[in-house]
Amino acid sequence: MKTKTTLSFGAVATAASLALSALVGFTTVTAANAADKVKVGFVYLTTPGDHGWTYAHEVARQDVEKHFGNKVETTFVENVPEGPDSARVIRELAKQGNDIIFTTSFGYMDHTIKVAKEFPNVKFEHITGYKRSPNVATGNIRFYEGRYVQGVVAGLMTKSNKIGYLASFPIPEVIQGINAFGIGLRSVNPKAEVSVIWVNSWYDPVKEADAAKVHIAEGADILAQHTDSPAMLQTAQKAGVHGFGQSSDMKAFAPKAQLFSSVNNWGPYYISKVQQMMDGKWSTGDGPDHWAGNTWVGMADDYLVLSPFENMPADVAKAAAQAAADIKSGKNKIFTGPIKDNAGKLRVPAGKTLNDGELFQTLDYYVDGISGKIPG
Amino acid sequence: MISMTPRKHIPLSLTLLTPAIAIFLTLAVGAGIFGILGFSPLGSLYTFFVAPISRPDQIGDLFVKACPLIITATGLVFCFRANVWNIGAEGQLVFGAIFSGWVALSFPDWPAITLMPAMVIASIIGGICWAMIPALLKVRFNTNEILVSLMLTYVAALFIDWLVRGPWRDPMSFGFPLTKMYSDAGLIHRIDVPFVGGLGQLHWGVVGALLLATAGSFVLSRTILGFQIKVMGDAPRAGRFAGFKPHLVTIGVMAIAGGAAGLAGMVEVSASMGQLQPNVSFGYGFTAIIVAFLARLNPIGVIFAGLIVALAELGGDYAQIALGMPKVVTGVFKGILLFMLLAGETFNRYHITWRRPAVMPVSKEQ
Repeated sequence: MKTKTTLSFGAVATAASLALSALVGFTTVTAANAADKVKVGFVYLTTPGDHGWTYAHEVARQDVEKHFGNKVETTFVENVPEGPDSARVIRELAKQGNDIIFTTSFGYMDHTIKVAKEFPNVKFEHITGYKRSPNVATGNIRFYEGRYVQGVVAGLMTKSNKIGYLASFPIPEVIQGINAFGIGLRSVNPKAEVSVIWVNSWYDPVKEADAAKVHIAEGADILAQHTDSPAMLQTAQKAGVHGFGQSSDMKAFAPKAQLFSSVNNWGPYYISKVQQMMDGKWSTGDGPDHWAGNTWVGMADDYLVLSPFENMPADVAKAAAQAAADIKSGKNKIFTGPIKDNAGKLRVPAGKTLNDGELFQTLDYYVDGISGKIPG
Repeated sequence: MISMTPRKHIPLSLTLLTPAIAIFLTLAVGAGIFGILGFSPLGSLYTFFVAPISRPDQIGDLFVKACPLIITATGLVFCFRANVWNIGAEGQLVFGAIFSGWVALSFPDWPAITLMPAMVIASIIGGICWAMIPALLKVRFNTNEILVSLMLTYVAALFIDWLVRGPWRDPMSFGFPLTKMYSDAGLIHRIDVPFVGGLGQLHWGVVGALLLATAGSFVLSRTILGFQIKVMGDAPRAGRFAGFKPHLVTIGVMAIAGGAAGLAGMVEVSASMGQLQPNVSFGYGFTAIIVAFLARLNPIGVIFAGLIVALAELGGDYAQIALGMPKVVTGVFKGILLFMLLAGETFNRYHITWRRPAVMPVSKEQ
């Protein structure tokens, strides 16, 4: 794969820039031998230092480098806000000759689609979105599968029957997670109730810790999170309660409090898409259903991995392992009726399983076991 | 002992030289930091400040990035000249976006010729409304406008967050917090330069920003209003003797700053987003404060200062792509720049001398 290797410096360079470039010989920008490498770009919402969402993407980027060695050259840009700046950054990555660009947050969706139109020869991979175009594919993980197992463990572990849940934004992915947690919880415990606090941020350690304290003060003894920092687990450890980590294994931050983490393993996805790109077989995988074309996989393919079950009795760990195995084998599809909402209304009749599209479009309610209602 | 005596007269050369020296020192310190981080100092400076504007489309993008900064900072200049410390332009910007968004979403069928002016007016009204809260509280109850305007920034951010998640959410957005897209008439379009085509994302809002800064300069230097503002800032007692109304000046400059910030919000959304989302501003209201001071509180200077600060932002992204340099370096740059400017300002206003501690003078009256 031939790539454009140098910038058109000097095209419009001012006298000053020429003087400075003469001084430094502009050797820094792109490696000269990049022509035979596949260049892979990544756009990150926060920094790998979040130890959560972006960290998991950074691990996957390193997996790509390890797997392909000097056949690839990767670049990442961190702390890119989900606004016009993201379009500029994505465009710049494309102009710098990246062959495939992964944009790793939902809010980059429209900007990715827009920039992709300008670069028909570059492949784009948008993570967690639902819009595609001829050169934009979407990839996502079935995060909710891990949350079902969390619900099972929470239901077996809680003594107060009060579970505290930290949520970021009421978007489909998060609602899926809360409801899967509730279904898992109800499968083992008819009395426990989940209370949800909306932090309104993906990453805000201070707010996350505060929300965790509120849950604990209200009697919760198990905490779950759909936010990215380890702050909740650290708070849990101080208070002597337990919780689940998010996106990456957070054991190091709360070795006594973490029951397990749902770990996002993007590596295989990134490697397979880069490989497709190298083989000239890259595609968006468009299917007949709007959602079906997505790469949307979970525990069965090890895209979602559960860290070791710890700080729990052996029988709970066994039940958790069984729940995980049933999801992996496809025996348990989680969103299978009868599913009642928390007002007692039957939403999914017995025997019916929600399909992918319905998971995105019909979950406007909390299932039995979750208290309150979805904001907005 | 160091003694600082106020200068009676600040020469023009010093006024012009200070920002240049501050920028130079910032670059020098920056180069040192690059060196410590293990990057080639000069090469890094090149990547940071020259490479990001080495193509025509990148220059267009530079103006796009500077656009909300220039508009907002032009308004802030009026406030700061009058010694009114409006720190809440970020919130006023958000309210401009909300008001103009309401117009765009309510009247999608209007043609551009009516919709666009309506949106502009709505955004200015929105920004003014939000700025009037700290202004009126200050005039009526003598509250601190720094605190009130800053705190209202967070209220504004939560308010737009609620709007796009709740009442204004597009029912077709699958629950994602976004409004409907504006109709085509509500969008600010890119400039088609003859023979070249689009210059990056350069849009007509940039032209508006440049005109606004020019108009601001005219008002400040050539009108009674501008004169009143400057007098009330430099010598409030003299202003009162002259019959100027300090309260009216406070309200006036807050309205100008709020209106400008609101307009910036409208331009940013209509030109670059096309719909409201939870975040419509990425710290423009705060960065504009740096821009206003870098410009030495001069609206024409704001244009250049806006471009310089925008370049630092662009350079930060570019240095990540080209060198793998962490993004926080951009923030460090902005911080050093502001520090150098304020230090320069001190040297500007005061004559600094080093002299031996004198014996306590004995007063003759005793």
